[in-house]
Amino acid sequence: MASTSKDVPTSPSGHDNTDDDLEPGASYDSILNPTDSFEEFATEMNTSLERSRDLTKKSSTISEIQSEIGECSKELKETKSSDNLQNKDEAISASTSNSNLDENGEDTDNEDDYLKSPELVNKEKHVFILSSAGKPIYSRYGNEDKLAGVCGVIQALVSVVEEQNRDILRSIITKDCKAVFLVKGPLILVAVSKSNESETQLVLQLTYAFNQIVSVLTLTQLNRIFEQRRNYDLRRLLSGAERLIDNLLIFMEKDPAFLLGAVRCLPLPEKVRENITNAIISTCHKIRDLVFAILIAGNQLITLVRMKKYTLHPSDIHLLFNLVRSSESFKTAESWTPICLPKFDATGFLHGHVSYISEDCQACLLLLTVQRDAFYPLSQAKHTISDKLRRSNCLTAINDALNRSKDLPTTNPLKHIGIPEIRHFMYKCKSTAQLFTSDPICLDRLQDYRQRHKEGGDVVKKKVEKLSDIDYVRNYREFCSKMHCACSPAKLIFRSNSLDTVLAWITNGFELYVTFDPLMEKDQAIRAVDRLLRWIKNEEKRIFIMNAPTF
Amino acid sequence: MKVVEAKIVVLGSQGVGKTSLVVRYIGKMFSKHISPTIGASFFTCNINVDDARVKLQVWDTAGQERFRSMAPMYYRNANAALLVYDITNASSFAAIKGWVKELQSNVPEPMVLALVGNKCDLESCRAVSNNEATQYATSIGAAYCETSALHDQGIDQVFLSTATALLSLSSTNLVSSMRSYDSVDGDERLPFGNPTEEMATHIGKVELPAWSDDRVAHGETQRTMCC
Repeated sequence: MASTSKDVPTSPSGHDNTDDDLEPGASYDSILNPTDSFEEFATEMNTSLERSRDLTKKSSTISEIQSEIGECSKELKETKSSDNLQNKDEAISASTSNSNLDENGEDTDNEDDYLKSPELVNKEKHVFILSSAGKPIYSRYGNEDKLAGVCGVIQALVSVVEEQNRDILRSIITKDCKAVFLVKGPLILVAVSKSNESETQLVLQLTYAFNQIVSVLTLTQLNRIFEQRRNYDLRRLLSGAERLIDNLLIFMEKDPAFLLGAVRCLPLPEKVRENITNAIISTCHKIRDLVFAILIAGNQLITLVRMKKYTLHPSDIHLLFNLVRSSESFKTAESWTPICLPKFDATGFLHGHVSYISEDCQACLLLLTVQRDAFYPLSQAKHTISDKLRRSNCLTAINDALNRSKDLPTTNPLKHIGIPEIRHFMYKCKSTAQLFTSDPICLDRLQDYRQRHKEGGDVVKKKVEKLSDIDYVRNYREFCSKMHCACSPAKLIFRSNSLDTVLAWITNGFELYVTFDPLMEKDQAIRAVDRLLRWIKNEEKRIFIMNAPTF
Repeated sequence: MKVVEAKIVVLGSQGVGKTSLVVRYIGKMFSKHISPTIGASFFTCNINVDDARVKLQVWDTAGQERFRSMAPMYYRNANAALLVYDITNASSFAAIKGWVKELQSNVPEPMVLALVGNKCDLESCRAVSNNEATQYATSIGAAYCETSALHDQGIDQVFLSTATALLSLSSTNLVSSMRSYDSVDGDERLPFGNPTEEMATHIGKVELPAWSDDRVAHGETQRTMCC
């Protein structure tokens, strides 16, 4: 059924004739680190081999910036908390008995029963996080307190392979299920999945989960805690952050941005985006310690202004999206919050002024600085920016784009392109790590919160009449992993069956996945793709951020 | 008109209702689904007391353990602290003692303290007696009040008494971090931003706060099982 071809076929005709030889969306300057989505996991696989901690050894980007702006790095270190760690820990375990982590004794029988409970059985994907001592930290479903036995088994599996065979346990694959293991620093992360995600895609998700934890604690703190006490119950420090991991896991299953390691931008007229960027620059250029100013709305990037020399990795932006989406509390007031961006600098916190731009515009502005006393100037800056945006009608433009106003060509691109055979597509420009899809995933469907979500997630076999955007993305996973397969990567896949026809195409500049009606001929598909690319090229200034502004 | 600008920090364990309290007072609403605060949130409000105006910068901090080490950033230069606990949760009351110690050793200038027992609508699950809290409040020189963010009980009093205490603190000249100046009404130099912010959001009368046991009216301490 699947026909893959490793050599590029005669490139779909006409593509070279476009006026600009750059692929759609490409520009010479990028605000984001360009990514190849699978570059990530390859390095992850290697680093976990040596369990290297070179991240902590490398000089920190934050202190670099601080020294550049002449700031003696008197960062508020968390030493204080860790000094008290021991006493408090004991106090807590003595006073409250919230965790019954007895690994032996009568609990085991109950646990066997628990493992068969509907909370745990028949889930499409489990994720467990435990400490390398085998203490449960997080379970996607059920109550991790009751999973001490499972965690013990996982820990035993990992350490047996490690100690006896001097090797690493990567995965266990059964007929209908994959268990993927990732050892990162003091943590063990495991995904047990019945979905069609590949091993590498699962490792990528586990890495994201790890990065989410780092983003909350910093790698320095995480490592130090376990150096001091191997047996530490990390859930105490993560309380309130489970929600972030829950949401991240849902988010990753549904949004192709994770699959492709790219960031989605809110489509806006070029002029509007320019005005917004200029409003931010003109307000903030004198604030010396500001590293990034990021405006986002509905998991899409509106603009990002940065300090010269520094760019952001898409995965850091994904974590910011996840943070903002998961935190209703940002909506009520201006927040001043520590945020660690693991790819930018895993060793320390940036301080973020986080606020929604106004009550009638659901765009969230993040001003990230290395200076922990900078709240008031940033708060002032935010009010100035929001006034400027209101006066220049940018808020209205953002709202139109968010509400997917019918007049915009990007609201319903398939209609606008006018190729009826195309059902869905997603396009990633590699050099700028940006993404555009024909149908932005419906955010309402992502709004499951922990409670509701704990109940869902079962494997269901349903007959779907009409595929939703999320189903298309699920389909693309297999193509995506074939295209990025380490041993024999494909450049082009054309697969046709009774349900649909899918074309996946990867070049030096972009990745493209298109779903057509079934019975689509190859040359017909290629002609359609050609028109599609020309449309994207035409609209590129609207759907992508084409420059890389600095303060 | 005398104007006093003061910074007030809200401290306490997670889930005791710090944000609910502040949002109830400033936003005049209550939501059952408030998500945990991340870091700290910043609010402003103005309270008129007699012929003076107190401008409060309210820092509502996150109660979670992982933000504990950030706290100095938020209480630095604060002139007042609301120490919030949950009357149904004894360990949240115990945690207050840690906060007080920390404030005493880290904040050099005198501070207005207010001990707030929140969730007093859950009387049947009470775990900290009114007496114990009152005694403790007296021992640290704090005002004591029981509140319910759910039913909007006692919250206005907490802020009003704090504002009044700040006002008298400002006239002692003991505090350098608090800004206090005279302004002629209407002739005030407005800072940037929304001028309506300059309107008093809350007006209070001084009818003041002998916070004695019987003022904080509650039923008998019941010996019911906690839910």
